[in-house]
Amino acid sequence: MTIRHHLSDPLLIAYAAGTLPEAFSLVVATHVSMCDDCRARLGAFEAVGGAVVESSSVALSAGCLEAVLARLGTPEPVSPAKPKGQLPTPLQDYIGGDLAAVKWRRLGMGVRQAILPTSKGAIARLLYIPAGQAVPDHGHRGTELTLVLQGAFRDETDRFGTGDVEISGQELEHTPVAEAGCDCICLAATDAPLRFNALIPRLLQPLFRI
Amino acid sequence: MLLDLAPAPMTYSAMPSPPNPRRQARFVKARQAPVTQDQDWAAHMIAVRDKQDKAAFAALFQHFAPRIKGFLMKSGTDAALAEECAQDVMATLWNKAQLYDPARASVATWVFTIARNRRIDIARRAKRPEPELLDWAQDDAPDQADIYEAAQETKRLTAALADLPEKQRALIQRAFYGDLSHSEIAAETGLPLGTIKSRIRLALDRLRQKMT
Repeated sequence: MTIRHHLSDPLLIAYAAGTLPEAFSLVVATHVSMCDDCRARLGAFEAVGGAVVESSSVALSAGCLEAVLARLGTPEPVSPAKPKGQLPTPLQDYIGGDLAAVKWRRLGMGVRQAILPTSKGAIARLLYIPAGQAVPDHGHRGTELTLVLQGAFRDETDRFGTGDVEISGQELEHTPVAEAGCDCICLAATDAPLRFNALIPRLLQPLFRI
Repeated sequence: MLLDLAPAPMTYSAMPSPPNPRRQARFVKARQAPVTQDQDWAAHMIAVRDKQDKAAFAALFQHFAPRIKGFLMKSGTDAALAEECAQDVMATLWNKAQLYDPARASVATWVFTIARNRRIDIARRAKRPEPELLDWAQDDAPDQADIYEAAQETKRLTAALADLPEKQRALIQRAFYGDLSHSEIAAETGLPLGTIKSRIRLALDRLRQKMT
C-alpha cells in the first residue's frame, strides 16, 4: 500500500490540539493508523504542543503536590494491543466490530452507506461503491474528508487508492467513480451537507442525511 | 542512582518494586546519556515508571503541574478547575507510567497529550478517537540517541517558539490552546519540525521491520 494523498498540516495540528469535530478526528485517527508518514507528522505537532505547555507556567496553591502524593496508588499495567482486523481499530470502535459488522443501508445503484455515531458538527459515514460505479456529482458547502479503506476511486482531480485521503473544500465539484475490479469502501466525513447537481439525489438528501 | 541527576533535593524515598530485567536494562542505558535538564525529565519519568519513585514524581510535579495549570487556563478553564485538572493529569502520569517511552516523545510532549485529553473531557463535547496503538514492545532496545533527541526536541522547539514573531507565535499558541478551528489554522508553523518527523519515521520503519 503506497499512500500518495495525506492529511494536511492544519488537520493534523487541529487533531493534535484536540479541536477537530469528532467525525473528522475519526478520519484522522484511521488514516494515521494506516500511514506512518502522517503518524510521524502528528508526533512532531504533538511535540509543538509540548513546547507550548513548557512556556505556560502559572503558580499553584500550597499543598497541591501533597494532595496528589496522597492519592497515588498502584500504577495500571499495560493492556495488550488488540488483534488486527481488516479495519483499523479506531474505526472498529465506532462500528462495534470489523467490516462484517457494518449495518449497511442502500442508497440506490448498488451504493450503500452506514452512518457512524459521532457528535454534532460533522457526520461520518462508511460508503460502499461497487466497482465501476459512480457517486452522483456533487459540490461541497464545507470540508469533506474521504479516506479509502478498500479498492480505489478516481475523480476529476486524481486517483485515490487504499489509505489515500481526499480533502475537498468548497471549490471542488467532483464525480467520484470506483475503479473496476474491486468494490470501493470509503470513510467520509462532512461538516456541511453536500451540494448535488442532479435533482433526484437532491430530493433524497434529507432522507439519507448526506 | 537517579539522585545524582536530580535538580532538586529529594525528600521522598523510592518504593521497592519487583525487578524487571528489560526495564532495568533500559534504565541503565538512559543513565549513561549526557545530562541535561530535559534528559533529566525522561530519567525521572523512567524512575516513576520502573520503580514507582515518588521523589522523581515530586520533581516532575514541581516542573510540570504549574505548566499544565497555565496551559489549561489559557485554554479558557478557570484557575480552580485548571489546578484540579493539573493534579488529575499528574496522577494520570503516575498511573499510566508504563505507557511512557522516552524514545518516542519527551516528557513535555507526553504531558501535553494527557492535558489535552483532560481538556476534552472537561468540555464533554465529543470523543477523540485515537490512532491504533503500536506494539513498541517489539522494539526492545530503544536507541539511546533517540531518547536524547526526543528530550532535546522540546528544548529546541521551546526556543524556536520564543524566537518567532509575536503574531505567528500567538497563532500557534491559540491553535494548541484549542482556540482555532482547522480552517483557521495556518499551514506553515515556521517551526523546525523536519528532524522530529524524520526521527519518528525512522523509529516506525525499524518497528515495522521487526513486526514482519
